[in-house]
Amino acid sequence: MKNNKNTLKRILNLLSPYKLKTVISLLLAVIIVLTTLYLPILTGRAVDTIVSKGNVDFIKLSDIVIMMVIMMAVTAASQWCMTAINNGVAYHMVRDIRNQAFRKLMKLPISYVDSNSHGEIINKVINDVDQFSEGLLMGFAQFFTGALTIVLTVIILFTINVYVTLVVLLVTPLAVLVAGFIAKNTYKYFKSQSERRAKMTGIVDEMIAGLSTVKNFTMEDRVETKFKEADEALREAGQNAIFISATAFPATRFVNALVYAGVAVAGALLSITGRMSVGQLASVLSYATQYTKPFNEISGVVTELQNSFACAARVFALIDEEEILPDKDPNNYLKDVDGNVEVTHVYFSYDKSKKLIEDLNLDVKAGQRIAIVGPTGSGKSTIINLLMRFYDVDSGSIKIEGKDINDITRKSIRENFGMVLQETWLKNASVRDNIAFGKPDASLEDVKRAAKEAYADSFIKRLPDGYDTIVSEGGENLSAGQRQLLCIARIMLEIPPMLILDEATSSIDTMTEARISKAFDKMMIGRTSFVVAHRLSTIRNADMILVLKDGHIIEQGNHKELMDMKGFYYELNNAV
Amino acid sequence: MLRLARYLKEYKLESALAPLFKLLEATFELLVPIVIARIIDIGIAGGDSNYIIKMGVLLVTLAVIGLTSAIIAQYFSAKAATGFGTKLRDDLFAHILGFSHAEIDVLGRDTLVTRVTNDSDQVQNGINRFFRLVLRSPFIVAGAFIMSFNIDPRMSMIALTVIAVLAITVALIMSKSIRLYRNVQKKLDRVLGKTGENLTGIRVIRAFSKESSEVAEYENATKDLYNDQVLVGDISALLNPLTYVVVNLGIVAILKAGAVQVNIGNLTTGQVVALINYMSQILVELVKFANLIILLSKASACAKRINEIFDIKCSLKGGSKELDLSDCNGDIITFENVGFAYPKAKEEALSDISLSIKKGETIGIIGGTGSGKSSLINLIPRFYDINRGSIKLAGKDIKEYSLDSIRKNVALVEQKSRLFRGNIRDNLLWGNENADDGELFEAAQTAQAMDVINSKERRLDSEVAMYGNNFSGGQKQRLSIARSLVKKAGILILDDSSSALDYATDSKLRKAIRQIKDITTIIVSQRIVSIKNADRIVVLDDGKIVGIGNHEELLENNPIYREIYNSQVMS
Repeated sequence: MKNNKNTLKRILNLLSPYKLKTVISLLLAVIIVLTTLYLPILTGRAVDTIVSKGNVDFIKLSDIVIMMVIMMAVTAASQWCMTAINNGVAYHMVRDIRNQAFRKLMKLPISYVDSNSHGEIINKVINDVDQFSEGLLMGFAQFFTGALTIVLTVIILFTINVYVTLVVLLVTPLAVLVAGFIAKNTYKYFKSQSERRAKMTGIVDEMIAGLSTVKNFTMEDRVETKFKEADEALREAGQNAIFISATAFPATRFVNALVYAGVAVAGALLSITGRMSVGQLASVLSYATQYTKPFNEISGVVTELQNSFACAARVFALIDEEEILPDKDPNNYLKDVDGNVEVTHVYFSYDKSKKLIEDLNLDVKAGQRIAIVGPTGSGKSTIINLLMRFYDVDSGSIKIEGKDINDITRKSIRENFGMVLQETWLKNASVRDNIAFGKPDASLEDVKRAAKEAYADSFIKRLPDGYDTIVSEGGENLSAGQRQLLCIARIMLEIPPMLILDEATSSIDTMTEARISKAFDKMMIGRTSFVVAHRLSTIRNADMILVLKDGHIIEQGNHKELMDMKGFYYELNNAV
Repeated sequence: MLRLARYLKEYKLESALAPLFKLLEATFELLVPIVIARIIDIGIAGGDSNYIIKMGVLLVTLAVIGLTSAIIAQYFSAKAATGFGTKLRDDLFAHILGFSHAEIDVLGRDTLVTRVTNDSDQVQNGINRFFRLVLRSPFIVAGAFIMSFNIDPRMSMIALTVIAVLAITVALIMSKSIRLYRNVQKKLDRVLGKTGENLTGIRVIRAFSKESSEVAEYENATKDLYNDQVLVGDISALLNPLTYVVVNLGIVAILKAGAVQVNIGNLTTGQVVALINYMSQILVELVKFANLIILLSKASACAKRINEIFDIKCSLKGGSKELDLSDCNGDIITFENVGFAYPKAKEEALSDISLSIKKGETIGIIGGTGSGKSSLINLIPRFYDINRGSIKLAGKDIKEYSLDSIRKNVALVEQKSRLFRGNIRDNLLWGNENADDGELFEAAQTAQAMDVINSKERRLDSEVAMYGNNFSGGQKQRLSIARSLVKKAGILILDDSSSALDYATDSKLRKAIRQIKDITTIIVSQRIVSIKNADRIVVLDDGKIVGIGNHEELLENNPIYREIYNSQVMS
């Protein structure tokens, strides 16, 4: 409840730039309700001018008709304006929140993105934001007009005739009861339907994903039977859910029909005694036709509002995530980097209850090559994370050219490292833009030169649009090796003094692999490089080898030293 | 959509009764304005309170009958629609199960799942709504029109004009906004794509300090989306006000013209009120009908997607002979100049493959990813048909055997181990549904999976979650090897299926497999350790065999093998 209150407060905050628009929209809603409700009164008065043969008051009728047309125009215009304003506010708010969420993502520690499912984050930024704004604004508008309509209808009915109004009010609890009863039952059946649907979908997901296994074991018939059972269970639940929910409309229509009959009889009886005119009866009847509609709408809106609150809370949770600390001194830049890196007494772990890197010490001189080796999952990427300051060390220090990386700007650390990771990432943009990612003003000549250096030029030229070929989302229109070459070209455009390279283990044909290692070798000349290494030659030629196991650095030294130690490195070497 | 109507065959009665009862409901609704007219013209005019009460009772009766028929209609409609959906899904799923790997590769698995679940749901919804509205809405519109025609033919022309103007307005706005809505969807996809892209690329983006330019790009995308949304919102917001104006202008026209008619005695006041009521009914139903059309057009798009799947026929047909490996001595598998390309691929994944494997032999296959290792072994259970050359099993062309008999004799342990929801026993029984626990344990022993079973409290009855997610990669691999061993097939193929096992377990596993009598084993691996003890090793590169021999021979003569050896030392 308290959370809801907070959420509500923040929603109102978000709305505050649109205060004027919101107020106008509410005013328009009032106008719409008033004019819509006034129209039947006018219709009634018009009917009253038409009494019988030779007894029609044409002058009065035409006055009323003119009034009706004006009312209609006002209603229609206000309706359009209100919807347009509401849409505008809703969409603008969506845009504001999305931008805010995205800016937040850019400032979140990488650990947040690493430890949360991307699907979930995307869902928050896209679907939750949509549902929240639509549900909230549309829902609120409906709720407001619905409630206003009910209240005003009752007031107008009172002014026309007290007895008829009492008839209407007597039936009102029935409308509420019926709407409530059906909503409750619908929920029950829909829940069972969605549980069974999840089960059916589960089978489809699992079996289609594992279709090759199904065929491998010739299990087609048994899988089919299993599916049919689940599907039949879904049919039963689905039939009930659809049926019960579909009775909502006939049921409220029925309540409405009762109101209508009651009003008709009461009104007619009153007319006989002259306490009501035929025209008034006509107006009262037209109110009666629409009377239960707002009840239906309001009960629908309540669930929608609850849902949109839940969505809002999720989005806010993302926006409230703790950001990375700002740079200590935005003017403290790294200058003239040769590539001396000094790591002293560094402790780090992702999960603070589980020790990982303990007392890591490294003294890397400019131009040295550091090979990081170890089995998959041994934490080789942790070193990269610390050097690039994607994660902060728990204690100890990493210094570049004698400057602690915690004291200088992140930008200047990262500018001095060229990074090629095994998981290649390219933007959904042209090949040229991808290569020029770090230097958007690079000329086409520069881009081509970098591509040539990275041995990527020959395949790029053969792409359908050459350098203008758009790299598809996820880069599926390129092979893994080609993607890797593009990532290298991206660095080749301007090679920083220090490198972080991740040698590919697989998924690349031998030709491309040879090109990649040639490009790596070329880049490494004269630069300090940290290489997550798999190739024997890289490892043997390294000035220093870090051997990782289960996240710990268990051995460090050059090839000869490590072989002499006869430890884990020695075993790894002899495993083949 | 019509093509799918065959799934309603068992629900003929329901399919007919649902709209009919809706029609009945509508009929009673149409009578209401007449009753009101009579209350005014006879009851009030004649001061007859008994008549008024009688008519009131009649109104309530009409409401009860209306409610009853509506509920009956909804029941039949729900029954027929869900029955339809179920039959459709059953058939579609069975059809997909019949696909060979070739069809599945081309279509993609995700889209198949969507078609069985979402698309069929949409069609089911469409059918349900169709039953309920197809007769009702046009009937009420037509009925209201005829009723007003009965009251006064000339006055009904007003109603006709209103219907026509409304139909045109609704159609224009909807067609325009549907088209614009597609743009919105595209822009939204862009925003979605950018969000995902920035999550996966977070390290590179920060490495290049590109946060602010990414924010600018993102804000451009959301601005684009916003502009399109506002445009489509403004246009579709016209719908309600315009229909409101049209209908009420109709009412005004009726009042004006009706006044003249009443004045000359052609109409009564009650009839004018009735005409107005009919006009309102027309409005409500036309809006519903427009919605039905939108829903149906969506449903028919989905039906089209479903029919696309039904139109795809399985490209693989098995033969009639039963494969029996026990009689075979000598070459058990023979590839002769095999060329194979994946469907829709431009280049061959395998070229000029010639290889004979003797019964009882252990063959290792090595090569970088993309070199064709998996493609090669997927041809043995005939998951794909080759484009050139021939494959023989026990001396006869693979196409002569029935698919079932091939797959019962070939146990392929896939690269990606897949377990299915259920318990461990259910999963192992996939190999042979009649196997007893003793046989299951024997297979588990060989697969080094006894640890896995024993580590769980309920042993073979332990729960397996969807996709086997409650087991680690290594546990899944061992269980799926055990599952394949339960088959007791003469040919065992391990497609890089021990990659998550440590060296010691991997080596124990290979030793245990060697103990199985009369088994021909093919081991595909990226790791030299896993295959170096094989009788013969096949080295693949870029879809071609570049060397066959044992470890020592290859190390000496084959540069690619040597390169793999050198590059793999550490990982």
